[in-house]
Amino acid sequence: MNAFWIILTGSLVATCCSLLGCYLILRRMAMVGDAISHAVLPGIVIAFLFTGSRDSVPMLIGAGLLGVLTTFLIEFFHRYARVQADASIGVTFTWLFAIGIILISVFAGQVDLDQDCVLYGEIAYVPLDLWITEGGLSLGPGTVWTLGFVTILIILFITFGYKELFLTAFDPAFAAAIGISTTAWYYSLMTAVSLTTVASFESVGAILVVALLVAPPATAYLLTDKFKSMLLISVLAGIIASVAGYYLAVWIDGSIAGAIATVTGIEFTLAFLFSPTRGILLKRKQLQPVQH
Amino acid sequence: MILQVENPVVEVHDLTVSYDRKPVLWGIDLTLPAGALVGVIGPNGAGKSTLIKAMMDLLPVGSGYVRIFDKPIDEVRNRISYVPQRESVDWDFPASVFDVVLMGSYGKLGLFKRPRKADKDAAMEALQKVGMQAYADRQISQLSGGQQQRVFLARALAQNADIYFMDEPFAGVDIATETAIIELLRTMREQGKTVIVVHHDLQSATEYFDWVVLLNMRLVASGPTEQILTQELLEQTYGGKLTVLTKVGELLRKQEFPSREA
Repeated sequence: MNAFWIILTGSLVATCCSLLGCYLILRRMAMVGDAISHAVLPGIVIAFLFTGSRDSVPMLIGAGLLGVLTTFLIEFFHRYARVQADASIGVTFTWLFAIGIILISVFAGQVDLDQDCVLYGEIAYVPLDLWITEGGLSLGPGTVWTLGFVTILIILFITFGYKELFLTAFDPAFAAAIGISTTAWYYSLMTAVSLTTVASFESVGAILVVALLVAPPATAYLLTDKFKSMLLISVLAGIIASVAGYYLAVWIDGSIAGAIATVTGIEFTLAFLFSPTRGILLKRKQLQPVQH
Repeated sequence: MILQVENPVVEVHDLTVSYDRKPVLWGIDLTLPAGALVGVIGPNGAGKSTLIKAMMDLLPVGSGYVRIFDKPIDEVRNRISYVPQRESVDWDFPASVFDVVLMGSYGKLGLFKRPRKADKDAAMEALQKVGMQAYADRQISQLSGGQQQRVFLARALAQNADIYFMDEPFAGVDIATETAIIELLRTMREQGKTVIVVHHDLQSATEYFDWVVLLNMRLVASGPTEQILTQELLEQTYGGKLTVLTKVGELLRKQEFPSREA
């Protein structure tokens, strides 16, 4: 049963991250995902200090706000201080993450969080944290419920905002000209990334969220030319990584989160080598347009 | 020489745009007539693209205002279309030609609605108009420059707007595409649409447009092509680049503005 819960947790995290990651890499913003996944830390700690519990809802809200603040600061420094986009990302998230670390160390006595847990997560403990009703009925791990809820939110978001998310990623100027708010969709996407990150941090940790945000979408990008297929392949790659990663970790008796991320790297390498369209080994001859 | 028109489709009043506190456009005051093919012409860095982007309110504007169809722009967004510069998007994006053309329907559909059959038919029809129907399923990364431009044009056509802003649609396309595009623009004008085109080639400008806006950070001239494309106004626009100008001047004299082909 433990294996089931761990694999389910991994798959839910992978599903959210792989879907949102597709938009991030196509907007050339993969590193913004990285930034958000780290910068939500002070939000988590502050939410914890206010409520005194590891309840999911305040943490989701706290982290969500911090995530939006992060993207706002990145934009702000880039646009008004005229710092390069990557420098702006680097300054913003390391600074916010550092504040989070200081908060944890200062309030260490009151905060049931530690840096290792935030950075690396511990998916193996997921089955221990059960949600038990007052009647004594066990409903399974609380994390799975939180993640399940976030996954449903993300899928709804992408289903209903499909055409706007697609257009604003491809051609924001055209979107703005015909009256679709690029700012609103940008911040909605970033809020979704923040929610995903904070829902996932307990299980896979802040660093490995980045692997799942970037590697499965990058793998899918190499394997298809259609956007809908890219979303599906990306999710599939993420779920396969969760399953294979779990058994890899059991086999070598190592970190589960580390093994999952390793599998995403292997998937990417395979796609890079063997993709029918872009792989370096099996690449088809490019079709040349006929000159008239 | 800046001619104003009665009942303009576009009215720009005292428009100033700056990047980084450096002004790019200064006090632009102009009106454009309905149903015209308008060329926005000027040297590199004159602010041509900036002007049409400011007209669509895609940039923060320092001062002044723009009215389209005598209304604030946000009230008439669904009557506006835009053909951005080809290089402004990533053509390796995982999308097919049809996907891109279908984007033309997104503005009218509104939130949460998916394109219906009528929208798909309109997209296919637009592809036919630019002669790209055979490429509907083609991945956009496999297109040539001219084909990319046609796809962008088809997307705008699918929108069936009343006013079109086009940023350098003739840049880097082959002669067949250029001819096809100008034919299309003329058909659109006959249907009463207004088309505003950023253009950099003076020689073809005399032939293509019936209204010309000469721009070099300030508005130099705006009016019917025959009255605007004169040696004197071009010199004002382009400064002292005489060799080019003399050549153009000669060309203009030789052509004596032949009446436009019907």
